[in-house]
Amino acid sequence: MNQPTKIMAIITTKQEKIKGGGVPVFVVEHRESLQNISAILERTLDASAHEVDVDTMIIVAH
Amino acid sequence: MGKYLLPVIIGTLLGFIARIILLRTDFRQYPTYPTGRIIHLSFGFIAAFIGSVAVPSVLDSDWTAVTFLGLAATQFREVRKMERDTLEKVDNKELVKRGQAFIEGMAQAFEGRNYMVMFLALISTLISVYNLWLGIILGFVLSFIIKYSIKGKLLRDMAEVSEGAIRFEGPNLYVGDIHIKNVGLETSRKVILERAVGAIITPKNENGIVTFSNLGQRQAMLHHLANVLGSYLDTGEPDFVPLSKRKMEDGRIALFFLPMEKEFQQIQQVLENVPILDSAIRLPSESNKGGRNK
Repeated sequence: MNQPTKIMAIITTKQEKIKGGGVPVFVVEHRESLQNISAILERTLDASAHEVDVDTMIIVAH
Repeated sequence: MGKYLLPVIIGTLLGFIARIILLRTDFRQYPTYPTGRIIHLSFGFIAAFIGSVAVPSVLDSDWTAVTFLGLAATQFREVRKMERDTLEKVDNKELVKRGQAFIEGMAQAFEGRNYMVMFLALISTLISVYNLWLGIILGFVLSFIIKYSIKGKLLRDMAEVSEGAIRFEGPNLYVGDIHIKNVGLETSRKVILERAVGAIITPKNENGIVTFSNLGQRQAMLHHLANVLGSYLDTGEPDFVPLSKRKMEDGRIALFFLPMEKEFQQIQQVLENVPILDSAIRLPSESNKGGRNK
């Protein structure tokens, strides 16, 4: 509850849609690898993957 | 001491028996091991003893001895602290936590039961000084009254449990019409559709609406489910963490949970038997809101 929600990573197929920094951005080729990379990151970071839109996922630590 | 010996023994024994009756090891699984039980039984015995020896001192007008009762009460506050500390430490390693509110409720119950035992021992000793058999009978009657009257409310008294269908709208997970969360991974969505169960808690009145909005109460419901039915969960799987969300318009609570066995009948049964936590109960219907409504 006390832990602030925080974006740990961003995975996207469309790099031009994301600005700014602070977290690593993983640029992937297509939606299939979007899912794969997100799954790996979710498991390793113990943070949930949320779909912002069809091209972008964020890994958020709750 | 001669004429008081028998009543004191009777009072202590009755108090101790009452503690045994009140010590429940049920699906909440605490305390289970003999060591845990011994702690509570010996505390109960001491409480009963203190309660019953207070009687001879009063009858002999030995007032200093009675002040020790006050000292004893401080001792039993320690019971609550001890319980709270233990449970909080253990809770850190639970997959689905009990939550602070539930722990506080349990600790309170342990303290309260000791006072009841003390009181019962006191009463039955006092009576048995005058009439041995009446004291014994009254002691037993009191233990059963205590056993059945200090029970708290259960969820089924305040709300109805119904099944909520699990569905996705894009990445968004819904239980019935209540939004739970955004699930990004397609593999997780598949598992959730396959294994998850949704339950909707509909409060029966405005008291229930406020009571069930309490996060501690909601955590306690999830903990009960996980405890009894087992959960399909491990660390590093944040998508399967059980969640409770509230429909803000009408105060219904949606629970999202992945049990080991997907059978709603069992889930309903468990949920209906979840205790309403002392710290969650609110009674807005009994307050004066300053309006015309009564």
